[in-house]
Amino acid sequence: MPLTYPYAEDTHPALDSPGYKSTGLRAPTQRPIILPQRFTEITGPLLVGEIGPNDHDLTRQHEGEPQGQRITVSGRVLDSDGRPVPDTLVEVWQANAAGRYAHARDTWPAPLDPNFSGGGRVVTNSLGEYSFTTIKPGAYPWGNHPNAWRPAHIHFSLFGHAFTQRLVTQMYFPDDPLFAYDPIYNSAPEGARERMVSRFDMDTTQPNWALAYRWDIVLRGRNQTVFEEPHDD
Amino acid sequence: MTDRLELTPSQTVGPYLSLGLTWPEGADVVPPGTPGTIRISGVLHDGAGTPVPDGMIETWQADPAGRFAHPDDPRGAAEPSVPGFLGFGRCNTDPEGRWEIRTVRPGPLPAENGAVEAPHLDVSVFARGLLDRVVTRIYLADDPANDADPVLNSVPAERRDTLVAQKDGEGVYRLDIHLQGPHETVFFTV
Repeated sequence: MPLTYPYAEDTHPALDSPGYKSTGLRAPTQRPIILPQRFTEITGPLLVGEIGPNDHDLTRQHEGEPQGQRITVSGRVLDSDGRPVPDTLVEVWQANAAGRYAHARDTWPAPLDPNFSGGGRVVTNSLGEYSFTTIKPGAYPWGNHPNAWRPAHIHFSLFGHAFTQRLVTQMYFPDDPLFAYDPIYNSAPEGARERMVSRFDMDTTQPNWALAYRWDIVLRGRNQTVFEEPHDD
Repeated sequence: MTDRLELTPSQTVGPYLSLGLTWPEGADVVPPGTPGTIRISGVLHDGAGTPVPDGMIETWQADPAGRFAHPDDPRGAAEPSVPGFLGFGRCNTDPEGRWEIRTVRPGPLPAENGAVEAPHLDVSVFARGLLDRVVTRIYLADDPANDADPVLNSVPAERRDTLVAQKDGEGVYRLDIHLQGPHETVFFTV
């Protein structure tokens, strides 16, 4: 079989991260078993589903405009070999400008925004580029520990082109003072965390309209050989 | 292996994943009414045995001919042998932790050295409290190929049943997923 997607150490959070309380009863405790990559793993869904006309613009999904700072978020989806990942679905969801999710289970008393649902989706172009328009989400408190606050973030879901490349992550904003206090951000290894932080990009701002952030996402790349040739020595 | 870009770390889907990831027809891997449809369902449990009401299950599988509509299959991409077959299923768990997908039996797959992989679905589990997806598989209990499956045989015998959906009626299979506890599901590193 021609391909394998090597697993990268020192990139992903440990499932058992005690600072994030919900891992306590949910992170598996047994050592995972290595699954060699065969046909089911090196293939994967190439679906993009139906993309609605305003799925890429979270500020235009209702009668009026949502409250908040209008921004564009754009970047490239690449694999670790530097190849762009074209024609792949990117799904996003986020809180509103006040830090409240339009979700029945989010009950903290910040205002809901009738003009903001907070979900979007785009498909990368032939160069692996994506772009969407939204408002900058707010920070919000959560029950993990006393006075816990999540830094502002946008959730991202990506498929890549193989089952092994599936990734769900969060994009953060530069220089957030809450980074130091957030066990989810800090669950990623030191040295890897900052890869989740977008950068402000004056060049792609839309004059008199929207500020801009850039964020490239890197999925696992592939090796060309699964089975080592036997060595004579 | 030079100049590899550094990977983006994973983060949890959090409790509000349904805002971005809900697909109303995601559980239908084949169009409703497809002959030979099977239903595979179960409950996602945490380590206390409590159902997980804010999780999501995704499945990926071969078609009944054991083929994928995918260019990286070394045998070549194949049109699905069942019209409208997607290969991919997605189901959010409900308030009782229950998930279900509706699909057709995957075919067996050739593996190295003449081995054969028994029909199976690759599964990703996402939830608040999981900082990365966890990966498992679903096999179907009544399949004679299970005994020789190289993956099942790589799993300690006493834990294999956590990967095998039991028959629960004609075309109905059931497999609970336990993130922790005495019945912890076997999870894989891919």
